[in-house]
This record gives sequence, structure tokens and C-alpha cells, in this order.
Amino acid sequence: MAVKDYIRQRFMPHIWCPGCGHGIVMSNLIRAIENLRLKKNDIVMVTGIGCSSRISGYLDFHTLHTIHGRALAFATGVKLSRPDLTLIVPMGDGDALAIGGNHFIHAARRNIDITAIIMNNNIYGMTGGQFSPLSGYGKIATTAPFGNIDEAFDIVQLAQAAGASFVARTTTYHVTSMIKILEEAIEHKGFSVVEILSQCPTYFGSKNKMGDAVDILNYFKAQTTSIGSKKKKENPELIERGVFIKKVRPEYCDEYEKVVKKAQKAKGS
Amino acid sequence: MNNRIRFLQGNEACVEAALYAGLDFFAGYPITPSSEIAELLARRLPEKGGKFIQMEDEIASMCAIIGASLTGLKSMTATSGPGFSLKQEAIGYAIMTEVPCVIVNVQRGGPSTGLPTGVSQGDVMQTRWGTHGDHAIVTLTASNHQDLFAITVEAFNIAETYRTPVILLFDEIIGHMREKLILPEPGDIPLVERLRTSVKEGTDYHPYLPREDGRLPMSDFGGVHRYNVTGLVHDMWGFPSDNPKIAYGLMRHLVDKIEGHVHEMTYLKEYYMDDADCILISYGSSARSALHLVENRRARGERMGLLELQTLWPFPVNAVRERCEQAKHVLVVEMNMGQVMQEVKKALGEPDKVFLANSLDGIFITPTDIQNILRLIQGKGV
Repeated sequence: MAVKDYIRQRFMPHIWCPGCGHGIVMSNLIRAIENLRLKKNDIVMVTGIGCSSRISGYLDFHTLHTIHGRALAFATGVKLSRPDLTLIVPMGDGDALAIGGNHFIHAARRNIDITAIIMNNNIYGMTGGQFSPLSGYGKIATTAPFGNIDEAFDIVQLAQAAGASFVARTTTYHVTSMIKILEEAIEHKGFSVVEILSQCPTYFGSKNKMGDAVDILNYFKAQTTSIGSKKKKENPELIERGVFIKKVRPEYCDEYEKVVKKAQKAKGS
Repeated sequence: MNNRIRFLQGNEACVEAALYAGLDFFAGYPITPSSEIAELLARRLPEKGGKFIQMEDEIASMCAIIGASLTGLKSMTATSGPGFSLKQEAIGYAIMTEVPCVIVNVQRGGPSTGLPTGVSQGDVMQTRWGTHGDHAIVTLTASNHQDLFAITVEAFNIAETYRTPVILLFDEIIGHMREKLILPEPGDIPLVERLRTSVKEGTDYHPYLPREDGRLPMSDFGGVHRYNVTGLVHDMWGFPSDNPKIAYGLMRHLVDKIEGHVHEMTYLKEYYMDDADCILISYGSSARSALHLVENRRARGERMGLLELQTLWPFPVNAVRERCEQAKHVLVVEMNMGQVMQEVKKALGEPDKVFLANSLDGIFITPTDIQNILRLIQGKGV
């Protein structure tokens, strides 16, 4: 299928600002799904609230645009009801890790077979540029005019500690590897987390004097490196990209099926 | 017959009824005094191949049942006051997206943590206006386990018929009290199954275009129709819209589909009402004390009756007004500061003849409590 066959033309134009990274993520997600030969009827996309969450409306899957922070809780209800369906949950950094932080760690702990994509642009864009739990110390935002005193989460470490069985990071600059990582994440059985550094030139970029969209993409190129690379050893400040963890761990819906068998056996005896 | 007789708690009766109604999915979070519902379903649902999940919090439980319902499963959660507060945003989402589901609130005392094991009926107004924005909602209740069973089944039927969340508003006494229940035979109570679209694959399906009768046939997530569900104001495809005509039409539809069917959703019971000049109005466990008193006074020749409400929302304004027209006094018996009394006053249009007998201390209201108020009303002193 062509990329356009995954897009709901009726929904266009989209709301994303010129230069926003979210369109790059959407385009690559479509390519990953196309490469995996998944059927559109078998995909349920659940999102919360925020710029990134609008992605669900644009794509021609079963789409559930929910309330702020709770996408993973809705997705858990869908997945447990229909384990045969492929669940993809794109979220923003605020949606996933501030208001939705609790659902994020518990979905990871259950290792339920859902792919969580965190489009991390370090800011609340839809509401006009307030700092998020991923903005970082010293950054400027409309609610941190004197510099942010909140430290940022490390999504990769958080997801691993909470029990996610697939954890990866990439950026909107690294398009080819993003497609591969998304494919791997969707194929992986268990809770998969993909953090994608995405640019917000409108708010985070402009407030923090990072230049335009191209400048931020170049920043992603310069400030990130492959996991365990020589560059990382030379400059520990660099952010690592790639697949951090990919392991086999009992998946929640599979475990639930065992409960059903036990319950039915106990009832029969 | 004998093997259908049970002696159980109201919370257990609620589980039996939900399973009878076809419950397939439950998500919950532990909270007193409703936890027995989750505990029992953790055994019973997997036995029938249904789904049970204990979520990380109350909000997640509400969200999970909405997701499950969209795949076609009859879904329920259960909670009490503090948890019910937490679920409100997602209840509003279910109203806006028209997803059938049932929410049990076994009420306990007070605002905040309050009296976790004390009885109260203080959440009547919260079931009506707990979530933000103009909306309609259905709230049902019962005073004994046989009625609780029937009304629980009806909650699922109304949820499916009108594509709406339905609140089952019980109280701590009803939830924990043990009494006899005769399990209805399969088929004794009619069940409403989900209305699904007959639109074929490849034909444009309009998930939010009401039929002439106001109903909206659904298509299960994972089926042949892919559509969008959103809490934003949306058009007939489920796509967000800020078109004023669409916004107005949606608001009217969401309210009218409930308020326009008050009669079909009105459940009430009448005791000794024919010639009553003093009418007690009550619901839930407090209706038991009210009935006890009415029977006592009847035995002494007083013309007293009881109107027991099982539908609290939409409030059965006409039914209450008609039945109370001839009464000299109307005494609302409830365990709160007069939440239903205010509705009765509005319905009757004669506020001076409406009185309140209540308790607020987490202790069950007794026939004597009601009798004391009645003596004051009747000018007999205490």
C-alpha cells in the first residue's frame, strides 16, 4: 500500500506546526507497519491528549483518542479483551510521564503486549509551551520563565526499571533506524517503549534559542550516538540511541489465559 | 428451585446479576465497601472465560472498561465515594463517546476518606453532576437483594440500549447486608444485547449518526469498520469538529436520548399508596426503615404510604408529582442532607409540604428516627 492509503484524507489538514517532528514519526510509523504487512483492521491505536495524540485521528486504524494521560489504561482494556489485535499507543512526554506516569510504569510492569511510542519534544505544545517532566533543568518554558528547577526523567532507564521488555531510543533525524526500531518494537511480544526525540521549534526550540527545525535536527545528530559507541566513551554527555533492552518475559495476556485454565480446572474438579 | 436460593451480601448479589446480564469484563481497584465485587469476579470471570483485571488505580479501571466495551464486551467497574470521584473524567468520556458500561458505587460516609465502613447516601448528586459539562446520566438503586439483582440486569440493558454509562448507586448496608436471593432462571429477566451495524465492509459506516429512533448501531473495535472515537465534539464519523451546528446537535442528542426516555427508565415501587395522605419517599437501604414504619402506622389505622425510588436519574419528576398530589405531607427519608428531597420539592412545586428525615453520622436511619420527625410534622411533639 502507498503511505497515503494509511491516512484519513478527510481529517487533513493536520494541526501540527511547520517544522514539528511529529509528522516524521507518523510517516515512519506508517512505513514500519507497511513493512510488517499488518492489516489495518488488526491495529488499534490509542492516544491521550496533546499535539502528538492527534496522530490517532489521522491514521486509518481503529482509533481511540482518549483523555489526558490515560491512553495506556484504555489500551489495556482493549488488549486484554482482544489479545489478537496489535495495540500502538503514541504519547507525548507530558501525557506519558506526568499525568500518565502511573499507567506507564504499571503497563511496563505487567509487560502487556502494547507498543508505547513517546514522542518526546520536551514541552507541552498544545497548551502553549509549559515545561514537562522531560524539559530538563535550566530550560525555559512559559511556566519556568526563570529557568526550570525540575530535573528530567530518563525514559529509557525508567521503562527498564519498571519492567518493559523492549526499550529503545531514536530521534526524528535518524529516519532509517527509526523505521527499523518501530518494526522491532511492534513485533516484540510484551511492553515495548520507543522514545523518539522530536523537535518543537515553536515552543521548546524558540524559548531555548535552539534555532529552527533544521537546527534542532542537527542538534539531535550532534548530541546523540549509538549505544556503547566510541564517541560516547569520549563524551559521556552524548545521548545514546538504539535498542537498550529486548528480552523475553511472560506477557500479561498470555498469563491471564493461564489463570482462565486454572479457574476452569478448579471449577470442573 | 432450592438450588437457586442463596444467602448472600448485596455485593455478591450484584456479581450474580452482572454475570446473568452477560458481564464479560471487569476492571477495578480495591476500596471499602465495594471490594467484595472485585474479589468475587476475580474467581467467577475467568471461570467463564471472561476478563478480570485489577488496575493500578480507579481512573485506570474506568478507562479499561471503556476500552473493553469498544471491543464488544459487556463491561463493569465497582468502587466507592473516593474512587467514584476519581472516575468522573472518564465517565464523562463514556457519555461523550457513547460507550455502554456499568459503574457500581457502594456509597460510604462523608466527603474525602470519610467513614469507610459507615453507611451514607451522600453521592446522589455526584452521580448526576460529578463529571463536568452539561450531560444526562442514568442512576439506579435498590433496597433489597432481589430488587438489586433485577435492577443490576436492567443497568446493563439500559447501557446497551442507550449507549450510555449507567451508575448503580448502592450503599454500605445494601452492599454488606446478607439476605435471601432467589436466582432468576435464565430467560426470566430479558437481556438486551448490543445493537451492531448491518453496514457491510467497504461501505461508509457512520458510528455517530443516530437512526430515526435515536439509537446508534455499533461496530466492534477489531471488526471491519475502522472509525475514530474521541472525547472532543465530533461529527457522524467521530472526527473532531468545532462546527456550532454539530456541537449543538451532539449536545441535544446526548441529553435527549436519556431525558426523552424518562418513562422507559423509571423504576419505582409503591406500598400502601392508594389512599395515603402522608407519603414517605425513600430509596436504597433507608427505604427498609421507611417501609417498616409505614407498616406499623398502617396497623394503627394511619393513612401512610411509601414511594420507593429505584431510578434516581433521570429523576422521575412526573411520576413523583402524580403520586404525591393528594398527600398532605411528603417525607423524604435518606441518609444525606436532602439531596433527593430537593428534587422532590422541585417536582411537587409545593415545597412547604415536603420534609426530610435523615441521618448523617454513618449510622443506619431507623424507623424510630423517622417517627420522631413525623411527630414534629404532625404537631405531636417528640
